[in-house]
Amino acid sequence: MKTHTSILPADHVLEMYQVLTSDGDVREDLEGRIDESLMLKMYENMVLVRAFDRKSLILQRQGRLGTYAPFEGQEASQVGSAMALSPGDWLFPTYRDHAAAITHGQPLMRVFLYWMGHMEGTVCPEGKKIMPYCVPIATQMLHAVGTAWASKLKGEKNVSIAYFGDGASSEGDFHEALNFAGVYKAPVIFFCQNNGFAISTPFARQSASRTIAQRAAAYDIKGVRVDGNDIFAVWLTVKEAIERGLAGEGPTLIEAVTFRYGAHTTADDPTKYRDQETLSQEWRTKRDPILRLRMFLEKRDLWDEKREIQLQKEVSEKIDAAFQEAMNYPKSQPDDMFRHVYADTPWQIREQQQEFHRVCKKDGIKA
Amino acid sequence: MSRQLTIIQAIKEALDQKMAEDQRVMLLGEDIGVNGGVFRATEGLLEKYGSARVVDTPLAESGIVGSAIGLALNGMIPVVEIQFLAFIYPGFEQIVSHAARMRFRTRGQFHVPLVIRTPYGAGIRGPELHSESVESFFVHTPGLKVVVPSNPYDAKGMLISAIEDPDPVIFLEPTRTYRAFKEEVPEEMYRVPLGKARVIQEGNDLSIFAWGAMLRVAMNAAKQIEQEKGWSCEVIDLRSLYPLDRDTIIQSVQKTGRACVVHEAHKTMGVGAEIISLINDEALMYLKAPVKRITGFDVPVPQFTIEDSYLPTEQRIKEGIVETILF
Repeated sequence: MKTHTSILPADHVLEMYQVLTSDGDVREDLEGRIDESLMLKMYENMVLVRAFDRKSLILQRQGRLGTYAPFEGQEASQVGSAMALSPGDWLFPTYRDHAAAITHGQPLMRVFLYWMGHMEGTVCPEGKKIMPYCVPIATQMLHAVGTAWASKLKGEKNVSIAYFGDGASSEGDFHEALNFAGVYKAPVIFFCQNNGFAISTPFARQSASRTIAQRAAAYDIKGVRVDGNDIFAVWLTVKEAIERGLAGEGPTLIEAVTFRYGAHTTADDPTKYRDQETLSQEWRTKRDPILRLRMFLEKRDLWDEKREIQLQKEVSEKIDAAFQEAMNYPKSQPDDMFRHVYADTPWQIREQQQEFHRVCKKDGIKA
Repeated sequence: MSRQLTIIQAIKEALDQKMAEDQRVMLLGEDIGVNGGVFRATEGLLEKYGSARVVDTPLAESGIVGSAIGLALNGMIPVVEIQFLAFIYPGFEQIVSHAARMRFRTRGQFHVPLVIRTPYGAGIRGPELHSESVESFFVHTPGLKVVVPSNPYDAKGMLISAIEDPDPVIFLEPTRTYRAFKEEVPEEMYRVPLGKARVIQEGNDLSIFAWGAMLRVAMNAAKQIEQEKGWSCEVIDLRSLYPLDRDTIIQSVQKTGRACVVHEAHKTMGVGAEIISLINDEALMYLKAPVKRITGFDVPVPQFTIEDSYLPTEQRIKEGIVETILF
């Protein structure tokens, strides 16, 4: 079986776009393209979400979060893509894309609430268009087509971005979304994080096409394969896709080649189906998205150990404060399940709710 | 002013008037534009409103429903046509996992004002999978409204209500009655509220609950029973399967003490079972006989040479009435 997730552009189908090398050097002139304050913000955001991810795993093991889907290793893909968006753009994350959601404005506290099984964990700040984490695979891609299509019809200068993994590229909705978006030239960005595995199934068993990006050709839309651990390449690629979309040139399919160090979820044991330690160690030492940017920043005297210590402290405090806030947030009440099913609650639900209350009262349970 | 219209004409008029009134209303479906829909429900609307609002989509039901969900999230009011009810299955996940749940998932922050129109039911001599009556799938899904007009007046008024409804509505159109008869339909816009049944004929001896194409069959059976036996049946068109008009159902059973439910959907877990359960909950002590179901069978709707044998007939309904009254 061929390994498709090689970091080197070994295949001749579609080359992988890279700007920032593993050693922290850049392949092309960035003058005027990404300013230094933005680079620093990229670094800070990636450090924040990694710390959030690690903290979440610990909290899950302590039994304070439910099942959790980690993303460590994919920070450049999620943060870089979301940082390229404008505040009014639509973001459709999967259950693994909380880093993208956080970057686009979802408070850390809400993300904690979601993984704590709180009914209000999916609510986003007023005016934001951050959709709930999508659980059924690839289905959200079509919603992103629809919101982008509506933006175009209404003459609004907004795009939509849908996140998905390599496994989603096998679903029918992936193909229907690309086809619809191509036909209507919707300003939508399909952002695939190809981390090489759909739970236990390696990409080579997922797909006979060697890359996901090449599928774009079938729909006559733009396809780009990018080093998903290179935040500069990701940001520049998404920026360009947004410009293309807003210029009426239609959708872009982006395949960000990356790797997730940990398990699919906290309920999964990756050692059963992959050489977990070797693979993770290899990606951590040679390709890590945060390390790579730090080396670059240090070479340019934009970062040092002192700043790093300060940042780590700030990030840690911010996460702790968010978790405290989530812990103090009013608990979901059983009664909440009867709300927001319809605009006006029909008699069936209203009476079932009353019956539930009656029984709770009798049993001395809080409804 | 009223004119005589068929159900198809009434539906087209509702779409036309809502599109003229509200720029956000748009139509999506296969063959709905140039072709005007396989049953011509959207004929002429492409010329009138243009291809941005009357959209001939690629042939992909999940794509149609899924992108319509996104359109609805971002301020449009999409009215989707699925060519036949059984063709909805590829779009089923989008309906039950997303359209129905978006309000709940976002705690009311986002909602999906979407209408999915689809011809349904047997009796049209269609090929396989053109005649299904699987309304239970949708009635069983929290977050959806499921309605079925049975005549031109209701078709127009209910479709206007469905388009104005903030929740996703599955709008089932009984194919067999599309052009079967004409009825007075007012030219102006009017609304028939969703969730309300209609007493078609008052009676004292037995209540018949039906909807869609079965309504007229049930009416004919009731008329024959009256002539043959002198029993008067109250015939009720449920019109809305979720929410269900409990008050009208219960009041009628309290008056007559007997009931039959007639539907062409399969018997097991059909809506009829729910109505009987409701009657048990609310009006058991009024009953003089068990409530009878006259339904399609628990078999796939067969090929058209024997399709009529699958469907409840006047004869089967009459036998059910006799059995219930003589219990």
